[in-house]
Amino acid sequence: MNRSFAESTARERVAHLLDAKSFIEILGPGERVVSPHLALLGVPSSFDDGVVIGHGTLNGQLVFIAAQEGEFMGGGVGEVHGAKLVGLFKRALRDKPAAVIVLAESGGVRLHEANAGLIAVSEVMRALLDARAQGIPVIMLIGGANGCFGGMGLIARCADHVVMSDLGRLAMSGPEVIESSHGVEEYDSRDRALVWRTTGGKHRYLIGDCDQLVEDDVDAFRHAAIGLLGQSMSLSLLALEAEHDLLSDRLTRFGECRDALDVWRLLGVPDPSIVADLEASEMFVLKSLASGESV
Amino acid sequence: MNWEPLLDALFDAGHQVNCSGDLLTGTAEVQGRTVAVVGTTNHAAIGIELALAQAGAVLSVVRGHPGRPIVLLVDTQGQRLRHRDELLGINRYMAHLGCCIELARRQHHAVIGLVYDQALSGGFITSGLIADACYALPEAEIRVMRLPAMARVTKIDEERLTELSKSNPVFAPGVENFVAMGGIRALWRGDLQAQLRIALENSPIVDQRSLDGAARGGRKLAAMVVERVVEA
Repeated sequence: MNRSFAESTARERVAHLLDAKSFIEILGPGERVVSPHLALLGVPSSFDDGVVIGHGTLNGQLVFIAAQEGEFMGGGVGEVHGAKLVGLFKRALRDKPAAVIVLAESGGVRLHEANAGLIAVSEVMRALLDARAQGIPVIMLIGGANGCFGGMGLIARCADHVVMSDLGRLAMSGPEVIESSHGVEEYDSRDRALVWRTTGGKHRYLIGDCDQLVEDDVDAFRHAAIGLLGQSMSLSLLALEAEHDLLSDRLTRFGECRDALDVWRLLGVPDPSIVADLEASEMFVLKSLASGESV
Repeated sequence: MNWEPLLDALFDAGHQVNCSGDLLTGTAEVQGRTVAVVGTTNHAAIGIELALAQAGAVLSVVRGHPGRPIVLLVDTQGQRLRHRDELLGINRYMAHLGCCIELARRQHHAVIGLVYDQALSGGFITSGLIADACYALPEAEIRVMRLPAMARVTKIDEERLTELSKSNPVFAPGVENFVAMGGIRALWRGDLQAQLRIALENSPIVDQRSLDGAARGGRKLAAMVVERVVEA
């Protein structure tokens, strides 16, 4: 039965992504580790500070998992929220799970504790890269309604693998921020189709920022994650030079594009206008046909 | 401070740093040793080209000069706020810069960040904040958002925010707040050369910012939460 990833809570996603009843939470709501800063500002806090962390099994293998709750402060990263993520990656160094899986749904730094959040994002990046350097794969699953933006968008692209659904969005600055800075002609935040094709899973898949596109179904994310267990990507000079060349080529090839439709056309998609209506499985065929950079 | 007098103050034994657009790259001498300089100026907006250029500069140091220390000079208004940057995946370009700095650290390059003018939000995360340690000049400005804008977004009175910010460093702009939270290791006053020399010799390779934040009383929970997660 299909269980929408986007419409599930962080806890539901974790419960159904992992093997049944295998999840053991760390610093769960019962421990009451809450943000002291929100209380000070008179803002309601959450007993898990908007992120669920712990371990369990996936297809029988030990994995660590974190899931951000987009319904709480947009999944914003504050002091406690960020420290839970850092702690999970540090613990992974000791326990050597088959992967650290992050169900990312966040607008980035939580403004109510902006300084702590900004520092925390960089601490998460360093802890994540430490885990990768030990050969522990880090897998990002992005399919929540709030997308993955700001500092969390940076963290996501530090992972070994990124899996998205069509509904997932991955970017840096939100459309509203860009519109308020440079006007509606620059980026119309109310043009849903424009926002979707600039940040959405299909564009990220076609351009190569996400490795796999799945349907909005927790089980589809589960199967994608199982396929990535134990698959660590190198962070060597050679690997980063390859990444550098890829990003340089992207600038050369698509630097003049003003719309995702132009990018898709250049990638070899015969009729970009139909992309919006395609299923994830059809996108796989489309990408195989197109001369995409990471096909 | 302007980047030219800054270089004179940091490296009186000589420096060869070029400014191309908003990008600073080159070398300088510290106690008979060559260090690489990579940075930005003009309150640069970090767009995809500038992130990539900085990453390229770091990679060429790692490739061509094993072990050479790297000094990151930070002056940024944050990530560039353009549709085109988002379309082409600016978060990936910036993350790549962060990964290149991480690579340099792993290859035994000391990496020191210095905020000499301003450091705003996203532009700071993948430069100074991912160095071994980041320092700042006292007159520098570090912030995510000014209080009036923060008041609008959070719907909390600006007066209340201003009042609370006097005793809590967690949200208000200011280098002192970032020192209190451990994000900035120290402010450099007086003899900048001496402080750079000490930083190059003594900056921690392991990330200890949450411990600093706890010791300084500005970020009391992060280190404890990390510890509890690891030991749970």
